[in-house]
Amino acid sequence: MGAHDGAPLASDSLAASDGLAESDSPVAVFCPRCGIPLEHGDHTVCRAALALEPPRYCPTCRRRMVVQVTPSDWTARCVEHGETTRSTWAPA
Amino acid sequence: MTAEAVDTDILHVAREQVLERGERLTYDQIVQVLQTSDDQLDELLAIAHEVRMRFMGPDVEVEGIISLKTGGCPEDCHFCSQSGQFTSPVRSVWLNVPELVRAAKLTRDTGASEFCIVAAVRGPDAKLMEQLREAVAAIRDSVDINVAASIGILTAEQAAEMADMGIHRYNHNLEAGRSFFPQVVTTHSWEERWDTCQLIKDSGMELCCGGLVGMGESIEQRAELADQLGELEPHEVPLNFLNPRPGTPFGDLPVMPANDALRCIAAFRLALPRTILRYAGGRELTLGDLGTRSGLLGGINAVIVGNYLTTLGRDPKEDLALLDDLKMPIKALTDTF
Repeated sequence: MGAHDGAPLASDSLAASDGLAESDSPVAVFCPRCGIPLEHGDHTVCRAALALEPPRYCPTCRRRMVVQVTPSDWTARCVEHGETTRSTWAPA
Repeated sequence: MTAEAVDTDILHVAREQVLERGERLTYDQIVQVLQTSDDQLDELLAIAHEVRMRFMGPDVEVEGIISLKTGGCPEDCHFCSQSGQFTSPVRSVWLNVPELVRAAKLTRDTGASEFCIVAAVRGPDAKLMEQLREAVAAIRDSVDINVAASIGILTAEQAAEMADMGIHRYNHNLEAGRSFFPQVVTTHSWEERWDTCQLIKDSGMELCCGGLVGMGESIEQRAELADQLGELEPHEVPLNFLNPRPGTPFGDLPVMPANDALRCIAAFRLALPRTILRYAGGRELTLGDLGTRSGLLGGINAVIVGNYLTTLGRDPKEDLALLDDLKMPIKALTDTF
């Protein structure tokens, strides 16, 4: 057997979540994964990670969001900037 | 005897002892399996797959999991982003009963037979027990699915109460081998976990008990977990691969190499020939698509579909298509292994 490199999943539905909190925000200033300003540092790893995890920080104000994950979707709520919900699967 | 000779021998032993006679590997033998080379991985996985097919059949048990109470946990499990003791960005939140029922319905629509309700707590208090009772009743009223639960350390009375609610299986992981556990958790002991597992078995519920690999444990400590699970004889073993979470003590650990993860799958199958062995958290990150397939052909016979408690999983369509491709039917609701 050849070595498995643990390559990222080729999932359209998950790939679509990459950067979603940024694009949802009128002014994305902060990284939704690490909370650091987008203009500071390299967020390539964060963008890749967001294929397999929901955002945790509001991209507009950096508040930690209240995030609920269910088998089929996630919801992230910022007390100041509202709620975002994303489906991660299409019903059978 | 050379190392190569030992490696070759353990595969022969596994075939004779586990596949032919149905006897699980011993601790020393599990260590040898975990030390096999990449060149032997194909053969090792093939033996583990034969063991799975012989003792468990081709069916795959599909499950969805959901977090009733997320975050704010008083325990310090070093792999977990839900501990209130770390600087993890995960905030505390509760899910309501209608959302739980909705999630159970969506999970059932995938063909899943299992739906597990999880709470990040040390153990349940009266309020949580009442919420669980309400949720289980609501799901059982409207969704044709087995309900399982995982809400921490139990008393005998709580275990009996859960069995009375209609919870058919209870998850409580050992998390790690006994010798490594103190490096993973300090707020409770491995023995407390073991005792709760025994209570669950005594209650009449099925025991679901597994752990994580890739937390910095040695090969011997990894084998210890598999061996101790073999001694415990749970109905199901969920096998998690560490997904290093930001803010946790294990947040900077490397992701486990995929071939090591596959060796673990085979070793756990050979240590637990008659147990449901489930892909749990971290497989997407550790194994990717190709490795996921290899694990299903190397001893795994159950999957969690959809998202996990705080991280995301694959779209169920991908897993279901893979099972179809592998000609592995989804376990029917009425079947029991």
